[in-house]
Amino acid sequence: MHLYLHIPFCRQACHYCDFHFSTDLKPKTALVEALCREIGLRKDYLPTNRLETIYFGGGTPSLLTEAELAQIFETIHRHFTVAVDAEITLEANPDDLVRSASGPDPMGRFRKYANRLSIGIQSFHEPHLRLMNRAHTAAEAESCVQRAREAGFDNLTIDLIYGVPAGGHDIWKTDLDKAIALDVPHISSYCLTIEPGTVFGNWLSKGRLNAPDDAFGAEEFNLLVEALTAAGYEQYEISNFARPGMEARHNSSYWKRRPYLGIGPSAHSFNGLSRQYNIANNARYIRSLQKGEIPATVEELSRADQVNDYLLTSLRTKWGCDLTELTLLAGTDFQALRRKELNRLYGQGWLALDDRTLRLTEAGKLFADRVAADLFVMTDD
Amino acid sequence: MKHIRNFCIIAHIDHGKSTLADRLLEFTKTVADRDMQAQLLDDMDLERERGITIKSHAIQMNYTYKGETFTLNLIDTPGHVDFSYEVSRSIAACEGALLLVDASQGIEAQTISNLYLAMSNDLVIIPVLNKIDLPGAMPEEVKDEMVDLLGCKRDEIIHASGKEGIGVEDILNAIVDRIPAPKGNPDGELQALIFDSQFNSYRGIEVIFRVVNGRIRKGDKIKFMATGKEYFAEEIGTLRLDKQPKEVVDCGDVGYLISGIKVAKEVKVGDTITQTVQPSRQPIQGFEEVKPMVFAGIYPVETNEFEELREAMEKLQLNDAALVWEPETSAALGFGFRCGFLGMLHMEIVQERLEREFNMTVITTVPSVRFEVLTTKGAVIQVSAPSEMPDPSSIETIEEPFIKAQIITKSEYIGSIMSLCMDKRGILKNQVYLTADRVELQFDMPLAEVVFDFFDKLKTISRGYASLDYEFTGNRESTMVKLDIMLNGERVDALSAIVHRDKAYEWGKKLCEKLRELLPRQQFEIAIQAAIGQKIIARETVKALRKDVLAKCYGGDISRKRKLLEKQKKGKKRMRQVGNVEIPQEAFMAVLKIS
Ligand SMILES: Nc1nc2c(ncn2[C@@H]2O[C@H](COP(=O)(O)OP(=O)(O)O)[C@@H](O)[C@H]2O)c(=O)[nH]1
Ligand code: SF4
Ligand SMILES: [Mg+2]
Repeated sequence: MHLYLHIPFCRQACHYCDFHFSTDLKPKTALVEALCREIGLRKDYLPTNRLETIYFGGGTPSLLTEAELAQIFETIHRHFTVAVDAEITLEANPDDLVRSASGPDPMGRFRKYANRLSIGIQSFHEPHLRLMNRAHTAAEAESCVQRAREAGFDNLTIDLIYGVPAGGHDIWKTDLDKAIALDVPHISSYCLTIEPGTVFGNWLSKGRLNAPDDAFGAEEFNLLVEALTAAGYEQYEISNFARPGMEARHNSSYWKRRPYLGIGPSAHSFNGLSRQYNIANNARYIRSLQKGEIPATVEELSRADQVNDYLLTSLRTKWGCDLTELTLLAGTDFQALRRKELNRLYGQGWLALDDRTLRLTEAGKLFADRVAADLFVMTDD
Repeated sequence: MKHIRNFCIIAHIDHGKSTLADRLLEFTKTVADRDMQAQLLDDMDLERERGITIKSHAIQMNYTYKGETFTLNLIDTPGHVDFSYEVSRSIAACEGALLLVDASQGIEAQTISNLYLAMSNDLVIIPVLNKIDLPGAMPEEVKDEMVDLLGCKRDEIIHASGKEGIGVEDILNAIVDRIPAPKGNPDGELQALIFDSQFNSYRGIEVIFRVVNGRIRKGDKIKFMATGKEYFAEEIGTLRLDKQPKEVVDCGDVGYLISGIKVAKEVKVGDTITQTVQPSRQPIQGFEEVKPMVFAGIYPVETNEFEELREAMEKLQLNDAALVWEPETSAALGFGFRCGFLGMLHMEIVQERLEREFNMTVITTVPSVRFEVLTTKGAVIQVSAPSEMPDPSSIETIEEPFIKAQIITKSEYIGSIMSLCMDKRGILKNQVYLTADRVELQFDMPLAEVVFDFFDKLKTISRGYASLDYEFTGNRESTMVKLDIMLNGERVDALSAIVHRDKAYEWGKKLCEKLRELLPRQQFEIAIQAAIGQKIIARETVKALRKDVLAKCYGGDISRKRKLLEKQKKGKKRMRQVGNVEIPQEAFMAVLKIS
């Protein structure tokens, strides 16, 4: 089974980010305490207590100290059995990997607990890093991977952002060249989206930022797919690329309808029949757990919800969407139910059917949401 | 008869008519305190919320003065220019009127025209200066205005505050003292003026009338003179807070009649009730068929709700006799109804009542006035929808309705009001200073121009100070053209409009721009064109959508994303398709919001 832990702290706020985090690090000790309590209280949420993957996301998990990591892992081991070959990923920012390099074993604490690092490089282009208010420099972006390798991490993934509405495609092409040169086994790459409530969202409404153009984003997406495919990566999900066998096991669980337990403020959990999510507020999360209560909202999933969730996530992957599974979830022959839409989508060249599995075509990938929504089952159908 | 007083209250919206009426009802103990709810006369929720009286009402009270008990009939009048005919009939049912003026605002356009109407019906006017409790009251200036307008004496003006209950007794005394008792021959043939009706779902239409001559008895066989229909007076009575059945309603009094009438159209305001035996030879003067002035299509948002909409319209018509409609089809919108309204407010009210009382969401198309087209073959055609407009080559001339618009404003806004009216093809006809800083402007204007957001604009540029009244003056020749909108080359009938040639270019350009904002992007480019005949006069493009995929989809994103897409999909289901272009419902309404 799969365990997610949300570490809701960052050194500084990136201008595009709408994840839940706080730049006030003072409550970190109390929060780790609360996380551990939540783990204890929710140990029976999943059908088994054997963990195949653990993922530290955020926020910035690389802000955790040795002692904090030790406390968390001690708790995990008390309540769960961690598989010997478990994938244990920790998100880290380049600055945390490079600047703490003074000690004898700079990444010792990460290495001790995690076997996979996910590094938030985002860009190698200094003006873009500054525009996005990232905490690291372009030089740190380039050196952090080497440092991680020296510390013994082979299983690495990096994050990259494209579609930044400042400058032309040459910046992205150069970024891609640099990323490929690093020769990491896995790359996640996202088109910049402007979310309300972020600094960029604010700038956009005031006209201080150009609205990202979807044609520009689509072109950069195509550049991405071309470059990484040529370099031997496989696009196994819209935004995820891996060398053979190096797909992210934890994240893949989200797309394969596997149950997962999410711990920490704003974390989501899924048990097959319902989703639930914790409150996205550090102080209230801590207070609630001090009283032994889980501050969560539960959402029961109807048949239609389950079908739609499955369509939405699975179509984004190379594994595709299994018609038998869909029919089971829908309780009726899905192909018959959506014949008209399916035929239109095949005809449009966005969707293909192969051995009872629906998959997006290359062109269809750019319209994944539209395709999924077209196939959605609605309560008033 | 000498103990009856029939009166109405003439006041601008918000000058305190409903509040004062509440005080009168309380003071005369017509309502017990426990039944008191503010603004008793405004029945419909919509009326209370908007603070306007849409339909008229009547209520009777008793008042003892100098040892004698009088019957006072308060006839409430609608407060909007769309309903001016109903106002005129209410006034015709009275011998006197309270002229209620807000001491902090002064006299407004609507008040003046209703006042003139009352004066020409020989009503006795009792001037009341209301809201004197307000710190911003300017009693002397406003009294100057009232004296100028009425030619009354300063000391005839009663100081009042409906809110504080000041002057209520003075007003009641003045009603008895100054307003004459009704005249009429109690033994003559029955003549009763219908000035209102109400729909009751159990008992059919309740007709509200004023007996001018004769008397009406329970069980009488009666006849409505204009429609020629005959009924049986099942129940008659007077109107208190509830209906009070009576054996007879006498000459000069106001009452209600129930006779199982099911269709509002049979009850025409202004019609005369008489008896079938010994009928009156003449109807009461002044009957007119109310004519719709504004026309628009109403369509269900969900195409399969046409039958439900028809039922709702039929029910609505039961108590809104002014609403007319007939089925219509549109290539873009499917099956719907072509409706005629008294004016823009009436149209809004119908739309809102459909939504509130019948839970129907509707699309309303570009409103139009009724044009008269003379064809080259010499035929005259009435055109109240763009689709009815004949081919330009077969048109000799087009005539459009004109109005006399009367605007009262603070003088500082004259400049901007003049340019607004001139932009609306208005011609200034007269300008009169009411006081040093209040002025009355009169324009000659096409009705079509007032139909589109004129009133809102007027309010905006005058910071709410200007008031408007208008009356239809006649048809005149104009160079109107039919402007079409095409999406990817296909005409969208529901977006066509009949506009003046001089304004067509601007109209087309603005509409194209607005549509560019409202049309969702699709995988292909959408060309939006405005055309007169074959000639394209404006063009905009909605660029093709190049991607529709969110960057991330991890554990925490799934629910939110699914809900977002479901919502979009629901919205899309409500869109209309013309050719391969999807049109959201706001686009059809957009026309009302341009310029
Ligand atoms: N200060 C003050 N306010 C009043 C008075 N009469 C009415 N109002 C307020 O003026 C507003 C409009 O009153 P209403 O009776 O609804 O006016 P109508 O539109 O003429 O029926 C409401 O907010 C009332 O509370 C009054 O004598 N004094
Ligand atoms: S992008 Fe990462 S580092 Fe930046 S604010 Fe968001 S969670 Fe923190
Ligand atoms: Mg009122």
